[in-house]
Amino acid sequence: MTTQIRHRAIGEGIGVRLLVGAGLVLAATMFLIPILWMLSTALKPAKEVLIVPPQWIPSEIHWRNFVDIWGLGRLDTGIKNSAIMTFSSMIGVFCSAPLVAFGFSRLHFTGRDKLFVVVLATMMLPSQVTLIPLYIIYKNLRWLDTFAPFIVPSFFGGGAFFIFLLRQFFMTIPVELEDAARIDGCSTIRIFAQIFMPLAKPALATVGIFTFINGWNAYLGPLLFLSSPQKMPITVILANFKDVQGGVQYNMVMAAACAAVLPCILVFLIFQEYMVGGIALTGIKG
Amino acid sequence: MAAITRRLSPDARRNIEGYLFIGPWIIGFLAFMLIPFVFSLFLAFSEWTIAEPPQFVGLANFRELAGDELFWKALRITTVYVVLSVTLRVTIALTLATLLHQVIHGRRLFLTVFYLPVMFSGVTLGVVWGWIFPADYGLLNDLLRRIGIEGPNWLSDPALALISIIMMSSWRVGGMTVIFLAGLEDIPYELHEAAQIDGANILQRFARVTVPMITPIVLFNLVTSMIGAFQVFGEVQVLTSGGPYNSTLVYVLYLYRQAFNFFHLGYGSALAWVLFVLVVTVTALLLRSSKSWVYYGGVRV
Repeated sequence: MTTQIRHRAIGEGIGVRLLVGAGLVLAATMFLIPILWMLSTALKPAKEVLIVPPQWIPSEIHWRNFVDIWGLGRLDTGIKNSAIMTFSSMIGVFCSAPLVAFGFSRLHFTGRDKLFVVVLATMMLPSQVTLIPLYIIYKNLRWLDTFAPFIVPSFFGGGAFFIFLLRQFFMTIPVELEDAARIDGCSTIRIFAQIFMPLAKPALATVGIFTFINGWNAYLGPLLFLSSPQKMPITVILANFKDVQGGVQYNMVMAAACAAVLPCILVFLIFQEYMVGGIALTGIKG
Repeated sequence: MAAITRRLSPDARRNIEGYLFIGPWIIGFLAFMLIPFVFSLFLAFSEWTIAEPPQFVGLANFRELAGDELFWKALRITTVYVVLSVTLRVTIALTLATLLHQVIHGRRLFLTVFYLPVMFSGVTLGVVWGWIFPADYGLLNDLLRRIGIEGPNWLSDPALALISIIMMSSWRVGGMTVIFLAGLEDIPYELHEAAQIDGANILQRFARVTVPMITPIVLFNLVTSMIGAFQVFGEVQVLTSGGPYNSTLVYVLYLYRQAFNFFHLGYGSALAWVLFVLVVTVTALLLRSSKSWVYYGGVRV
């Protein structure tokens, strides 16, 4: 807190502070406008959507749109599929990423640091490079048009970014804690499960949130590896929603967009503390 | 098992334990990364349409690329997108973070607002902005009309469609803003104080204290957003599908079409490898150039 108060002194007098405030309010308004526009269109009756100039606020709030979208274009199936894939991959990430991160941060074995460089290098690899071979591999495993490509890999490491993030966190836990437990006869796996895991709750929350958002928003993978309409996640359903609607009923399209983004926004609003902390942790303390 | 491990040397036991912990990652890395990666290199030198077994064709795919007009076009479009979108986003994020750094009250609220767009998937982003850009019914031209400008037809004009996509991308800068803000907090206040005593005004202090101290984070944001920008796909696919007249045919969209619409898996792999080499090269160039403009004086990186 003290540093924050000192930081404020950077601003010179009331004039600068007013200017800063005005700039922020203006920027925030511009950032909010697309979201408000989405919401306003989603609540419009059909006859008010195609008006020139556009009407900013609907004359009557048409909540019914949010009821009517469910039957259209398999939106409900999409949400269900996204939820299954997202939560299953979260379980996978939680089962494997902490184990691996613990190994890379607290255990001493030959080749550890070299392998960790490999973990970091894989973060830079554009996923398109492995996409075509993965398609062929999944085809041979008969995983195409199943949820396996979105769930199974997460049980094997859970993704380089999450290993990295958890490792950074485990590194901060004092070694004395570990030593004391060892003297008491604790095995490594118990030290991991009963000391490190409970301490890592904030970092695990960050990992869980990012896994949720990545899974919920995945598009290219499902587009390639799935083919049955009843298996598509919400992203693919929404991308096709416009065509289902004949490109006219934009109030319905926007209501569907609201439904697609709402889970992520809720998760963000509830857990934002962990997210902001996690981003800052990976961003500079690498 | 316990009997065996007890007979092993402490070193061997440590190794076994270590590899058991990271074992899941090793399996995942081999199965879903390394093998596909090597396979993809092989495919880049092959012709394969799934129906028949792959045939090694040497450099044929790359020779074809060299003469492929759409490839060059996609590369040009993506370069423009990467340069403009990354520059714009880094500038916006640094500006927002600098402003946020000056306030205490409401900082959290503003940060929440700036971060909200990051929650939008590429698809939702494309869908929502697809309703902002339309010439008649769209919000953007309505805003322009209110200040007396007759807005253009953003998405159907080949000269403007890519600009529209870049504008849309500039909405998602929340992640970068958070990282910049964390970096600004790390600048020791003493530096500002010293400059102030020497008579530097707020702008001079920004240019001579803040900017040099923040360069390592600028580098980090440049590299990560550049890697992401080269891979832009979902929002473009939804907003314009590469049109009009291929004016927004970004690289991954072209790769996707070649590989999964036409099932040119070998050619698609060659495209993927060119992208990979490009990303690695640009990253290396940025890191190398950083020696001349990144200041590693006081910030730990």
